[in-house]
Amino acid sequence: MKKIISSIIGFFIISSSFRLAPQQPGIKASMDRGKKVYNATCLACHQADGEGVQRMNPTLVKTKWVTGERRALAKIILTGLKGGEIEIDGDNFHNPMPPQAALLSDLQIADVLTYVRNSFGNKASAVTPAHVKAARATLSPSAVKLTTPSKKQK
Amino acid sequence: MYKLKFYAVLFSYLAIAVSAIGSDSTKIRKPRKSEDASLVLPAGFKATQVVADLGRARHIAIAAGGDVFVKLEKLKDGKGIYRLHDSDGDGKADQITGFGNYVGTGIAIKNGYLYASSNSEVFRYKLNEKDGRVDEASVEKIITGLVDRGQHNSKSITLDNAGNIYVNIGAPSNICQVEDRTKGSPGQDPCPLLETAGGIWQFKADKLNQSYKEGIRYATGLRNVVGLDWNTEVNDLYVMQHGRDMLFQFYPELFDEKSGAENPAEEMFRIKKGADCGYPYCYFDNDKRQKLLNPEYGGDRLKVGTCEGKEKSIVQFPGHLAPNALLFYTGNQFPARYRNGAFVAFHGSWNRAPQPQAGYFVVFVPFKNGMPTGAWEVFANGFAGPNINRAKYRPCGLAQAPDGSLYVSEDNNGTVWKISYSGK
Repeated sequence: MKKIISSIIGFFIISSSFRLAPQQPGIKASMDRGKKVYNATCLACHQADGEGVQRMNPTLVKTKWVTGERRALAKIILTGLKGGEIEIDGDNFHNPMPPQAALLSDLQIADVLTYVRNSFGNKASAVTPAHVKAARATLSPSAVKLTTPSKKQK
Repeated sequence: MYKLKFYAVLFSYLAIAVSAIGSDSTKIRKPRKSEDASLVLPAGFKATQVVADLGRARHIAIAAGGDVFVKLEKLKDGKGIYRLHDSDGDGKADQITGFGNYVGTGIAIKNGYLYASSNSEVFRYKLNEKDGRVDEASVEKIITGLVDRGQHNSKSITLDNAGNIYVNIGAPSNICQVEDRTKGSPGQDPCPLLETAGGIWQFKADKLNQSYKEGIRYATGLRNVVGLDWNTEVNDLYVMQHGRDMLFQFYPELFDEKSGAENPAEEMFRIKKGADCGYPYCYFDNDKRQKLLNPEYGGDRLKVGTCEGKEKSIVQFPGHLAPNALLFYTGNQFPARYRNGAFVAFHGSWNRAPQPQAGYFVVFVPFKNGMPTGAWEVFANGFAGPNINRAKYRPCGLAQAPDGSLYVSEDNNGTVWKISYSGK
């Protein structure tokens, strides 16, 4: 029994040492908030391991689409995708991604992007609400209108 | 009942995993040459790997001489169709040759022709069924111009004995909302997608360049059918519908995480010409055991509304398992109870997350006179491997060989197995 307990304790010590060591306290808080956004909004399609679904929902793991330019990434979250635009290793992904401009705040988008850029084996710079605000400013008024879901649901 | 079965399968899988771990001290029969022990089968059946690493191996068809044809959804060395020939009879393909430069899912053999589909067209080639030789120069385009907007674009095919070919045209949408896959966006009523998709179209098997104008919308109200088969015993079309996604994510007030994973049912329909199976307005609720209105069309898990008059399915399965192939078994090799019954290959789920994923198996449904006579049961399992959320193999195609063995393809790695029965 003692052996089991000590091995359980050992497991926790080892597993906690694998957690991301944040450079600044602000990143950890952003990651924690971002994980909540991810689980509520992104996980259904991109899955708990971030690896997506074959031909449908693209992987978020070690791809330039995720670890590349931050404003371009923020724009994808804001406007969504029609499906088919993302190509990774010769595969296209068919499911459309719903726009989040009307559903998530600049802070929520920054948090979730910081989270995915530093989870699932990714390592990339944090995204700030200022990046998202700048991306939002580039949206045309019609794009913003398109991204507003209809309120009159039957 | 299906939940019980699901757990029984899960348990048996775990039991096998545990027994595999204990193999150092337990005497386990070594697989015979090319026998694949990774699949879990009923007693008396064994599986042999015919080929591996073909990539996105979708549907398969087998000629009278035993050659296997595989349709790929991603070109391998520039080819989209592969012929597998086993010259020494050990069950493994030893001559693997490719042709056709298009990707797709559908493939079928009928009356000396090999039919194969891209995501918008159907072609056919003259085939010597005995020696498996395909006359590539004989290629004819028989169907063209079908909807392909990415989503649900697989054009699965089957043929009847009266010179017709049936093509699935999946709806390029989840549930025909104004804004696809967007929470809160209303459903379109009527759904305009049904004019050119969301159903099964019938064409002539031997006429060139047919499109919607020459075809007949044989059945409508089917979201996406990847597995379909013409049942020659009763001369009817049977189809497996992929049910809608996102019930829990869009309607947490109606579906909790668990019921969102179990709903809607994946359904088998027996189709007569003119059938309307209800998509996008209706879904089959596995908890209420009833066809109900979808929430995008005013449903609340109680209202039946216009779904009353829609075609009823004859078998229902747990949600999101993704039935990608259907085959009525007409062989004599398997025990008698399998004859004229249905095998269904499930590609496996994704929209059950954050609940564990499921599927990744081949099931059997006993039939008599074209109707099911009992509950479905898992026939072949073990495809997923140790991590059910990241399956190793994803079953996608089924075909019956002339000797009565059953072939299964999968599209994660590109493996084809031959499953045969010896009783031992």
